Amino acid sequence: MNFLEDLAFLFSYLLQGLGVTIGVTIIALSFGFLLGIGLALMRVYGGRLAAGIAMLYSTVIRALPVVLVIFILYFGISRVIDLSPFLSGAFALGFASTAYQSEIFRGAIQSVPPGQMTAARAIGMSRWKAIRYVILPQAIRLAIPPWSNEAAIVLKDSSLVYVIGVPEILRRAEYVSARTLEPFLAFGAAALIYFFLTFLTNRGLDYMERRYKLQM
Amino acid sequence: MSDRPIIRIEDLHKSYQIHEIIKGISLEVDEKEVVVIIGPSGTGKSTLLRCINLLTHPDKGHIWLEEEEITAPHVNIDKIRQRIGMVFQDFNLFNHLTALDNVMIGMTKVLKMHPKEAREKALWELERVGLSDRADHYPAQLSGGQKQRVAIARALGMNPHVMLFDEPTSALDPELIGEVLSVMQKLAQEGMTMLVVSHEMGFAREVSDRIVFMENGVIVEQGPPRQLFYNPKFERTREFLWKITELYGKEDEAGG
Repeated sequence: MNFLEDLAFLFSYLLQGLGVTIGVTIIALSFGFLLGIGLALMRVYGGRLAAGIAMLYSTVIRALPVVLVIFILYFGISRVIDLSPFLSGAFALGFASTAYQSEIFRGAIQSVPPGQMTAARAIGMSRWKAIRYVILPQAIRLAIPPWSNEAAIVLKDSSLVYVIGVPEILRRAEYVSARTLEPFLAFGAAALIYFFLTFLTNRGLDYMERRYKLQM
Repeated sequence: MSDRPIIRIEDLHKSYQIHEIIKGISLEVDEKEVVVIIGPSGTGKSTLLRCINLLTHPDKGHIWLEEEEITAPHVNIDKIRQRIGMVFQDFNLFNHLTALDNVMIGMTKVLKMHPKEAREKALWELERVGLSDRADHYPAQLSGGQKQRVAIARALGMNPHVMLFDEPTSALDPELIGEVLSVMQKLAQEGMTMLVVSHEMGFAREVSDRIVFMENGVIVEQGPPRQLFYNPKFERTREFLWKITELYGKEDEAGG
């Protein structure tokens, strides 16, 4: 077999993990998006108790290495609930991302001018309607730049689920490296794939940022 | 002018920390009446307006909107506010929506109107303030005067029984004040009940039925413009009115 065939085999083998990597990333990001917005709303509009809980969550989770969160969820919780390594990994990353995204959305919500809420209430919107139709649509737009940063981090952190045996790109690169004894080639190929994934994600989000830019 | 009060305020008090901003104000605004509140800054004019639609909760006193006491416990604030249009000094248009959507959103999300019907009505409200050709513009693409006219259209879209204006021209460049005032004048002629906090003496003199002079949290004096300008009970009223007229007088003439 010549070098090119080896290379083609290597990439096709690694790319079989692409679905897993993308799957873990999308689940973690969406999970973190929904819960993160929820926690951010608790922080900004909730009472003392709700804001306290949200802040505690964010402080604790951000103090832990993500790998540790993955271990806790996989070895701790999956004993009680039957979760596949794939889902445990995705949810663990989601729980971690929730903390970071809650900070992003809290900042974004707070940078919507207070007059927007006042004007919404003045035309008879309830607090919830004002949040839903006036505050969040603006906050989410404002959050796109820091959010794309978080998206890139989660995409790269998805490689951490390899520690619980999920066959994503990095795990597969490790298999190849062990078998062929050519770690540079195997991990270099994985690096290239990650680079393109991150690059494309950022380009996509840059486009969204320009498209939905809020002029004030 | 009918004698039916739209707004009735009785002995209103409001403090922030130790500072009492409103110290016992009683005021009535009748149907179709245009009342302009004037007074030095920091005398509680804006606080008074914000109490009327409960954006600020008074500490003491009562407010009635038509027959209903809105300061009573357990009133539905959101329902009350639908009947009170409010226009702010800094416009507060929703930045992520076009002019048309700014006017429509209350109709569809609060009044639950059908989108098609709401769209028609919103276009008509924009027409009323002379901005139907700006329907697709975002707030950032509009001048200050245009923004304020869209804000007026947004308030009108809810079919309010009374309109509150909180210094509607104070944030505008002098040459843009006239277009907003003439929309307000038109509204007054159409019979809208209006309570306006403003320093525009031209508007107060020509359009209002009554001027209320407030200072230090109380109403010093009130009456028809002619009486307050030429025959006030207190020297302080005359002094303030003429000082303000001098300051803003040129703009009044330019703005119409």
